[in-house]
Amino acid sequence: MNKHLISAGDLSREDAVLILDTAAELASVAGRPIKKLPTLRGRTVVNLFYEDSTRTRASFEAAAKRLSADVINFSAKGSSVAKGESLKDTALTLEAMGSDAIVVRHPASGAPRRLADWTSGRVINAGDGTHEHPTQALLDAFTIRQRLVGPDQRGKGLDGVRVTIVGDILHSRVARSNVLLLDTLGAEVTVVAPPTLMPWAIETWPCKASYDFDAELRKTDVAMMLRVQQERMSAAFFPTVREYRRRYGLDTGRMALLPEHAIVMHPGPMNRGVEIAAEVADSPRSTIVAQVANGVTVRMAVLYLMLGGAAEGAA
Amino acid sequence: MCAMRPEPDHAPGDSGPGKLDRPDHPSPDQQGWKAVLTPEEIRRALSRIAHEILERTHGGEGIVLLGIPTRGVYLARRLAARIGEFEGAPAPVGSLDVTMHRDDLRLRPARALQRTEVPPDGVDGKTVVLVDDVLFSGRTVRAALDALNDLGRPRSVQLAVLVDRGHRELPIRADYVGKNLPTAHREAVRVLLSESDGGDSVLLGESDQ
Repeated sequence: MNKHLISAGDLSREDAVLILDTAAELASVAGRPIKKLPTLRGRTVVNLFYEDSTRTRASFEAAAKRLSADVINFSAKGSSVAKGESLKDTALTLEAMGSDAIVVRHPASGAPRRLADWTSGRVINAGDGTHEHPTQALLDAFTIRQRLVGPDQRGKGLDGVRVTIVGDILHSRVARSNVLLLDTLGAEVTVVAPPTLMPWAIETWPCKASYDFDAELRKTDVAMMLRVQQERMSAAFFPTVREYRRRYGLDTGRMALLPEHAIVMHPGPMNRGVEIAAEVADSPRSTIVAQVANGVTVRMAVLYLMLGGAAEGAA
Repeated sequence: MCAMRPEPDHAPGDSGPGKLDRPDHPSPDQQGWKAVLTPEEIRRALSRIAHEILERTHGGEGIVLLGIPTRGVYLARRLAARIGEFEGAPAPVGSLDVTMHRDDLRLRPARALQRTEVPPDGVDGKTVVLVDDVLFSGRTVRAALDALNDLGRPRSVQLAVLVDRGHRELPIRADYVGKNLPTAHREAVRVLLSESDGGDSVLLGESDQ
């Protein structure tokens, strides 16, 4: 496995299964009276966030703290970044403070990759522009495996699981990371979007593509609904929210057409009533709350595997 | 970053004895390895340990057997089954992974975690018997005591091992020992069990390091 976690595509199947297996063991820590392990004592993890985020930052912070690492939170607002400091200088500053890993979120696609060239520590991509969000894909894969593969999940991938990712594929880093990772794990992925929100070279992605959500419902084990990202849309991609909802929103009628065992996922934050109806989000099929809990466990697994062992060169 | 290496055998050079988990186990007739316990002897040693546990804990009242992965878990299950045969009620058994508490984590790439399974009644107020295959430096047991500390507060903790090969690096001793095996520090001890290795035996040989 690589030194950094920039893209879900960098993970081999073996690496990905190891992360999921490690997470499955770490999940039991959350149920213990002492939710803490001493493993990363003395390591420092920096959360470097150039974009607003509640759940991802909090999730990484909780994960690092449960492993006893020291956490420095660094957000662009109210920092020297606001005074014009470059990403590189910020990275060098943080490294001089002794950081072992930088968890970075940045509005520019590719920023974590550049950052990895400038720092000697580990870099974990927590979302870069419209590019990737690998730990979200890992926690989604973990949630799917937990719900559909069952208790005997250790060592297994997601072979044959049919995942339909619906919504704004064009702007979604969650979709891209999920397609790459789920394909590595053996799942059959279909992306569904209005033509205006479908990426141009979708045929080069390891998945099928469709404009028709209704046609996919019956052959779907996992319906992954994406948020309509108004903040990334500079042009009008669909006429009205109402029209989007009617063709691509998951309401109770569409949920009824899913197979009995199918689950509904959403990376959050949700626009209730747009891409997902409130009744669907709150139904027992929805894994939205489990995804948040699993986020902490999966990020613990990633931090442990990246920082827990011997440092440079030994792997 | 997380390449998995085979776990070491109980050989010098390790800062703590890990479990043997490599695919190329030597067969007993392989050159350089001498069988020091036969399957029969292993069976008798475990029966004796089971009796000793019952004696020392007044019939196994409130005991929980926790095996240290990988082979300690198999031994703990066997002991629990013996105790069940002798007393009629099987002893609660589980496993305790110590990886996250080891003191040598930073000397090697991150290792895959093993399973921790605690019986439903937990460990609070219980007499926990830790079970491992080989007692060597004592560092694994120290890690196990730390790991146990995070799970609850047992009334007491005891240690059962199949082989005590000496060379302790910490003030730790076993309460129940299958066989005391005097070894040179450079030698290696391998415990093979039918659950994972196709047959029971304990081998002594020269370390390949």
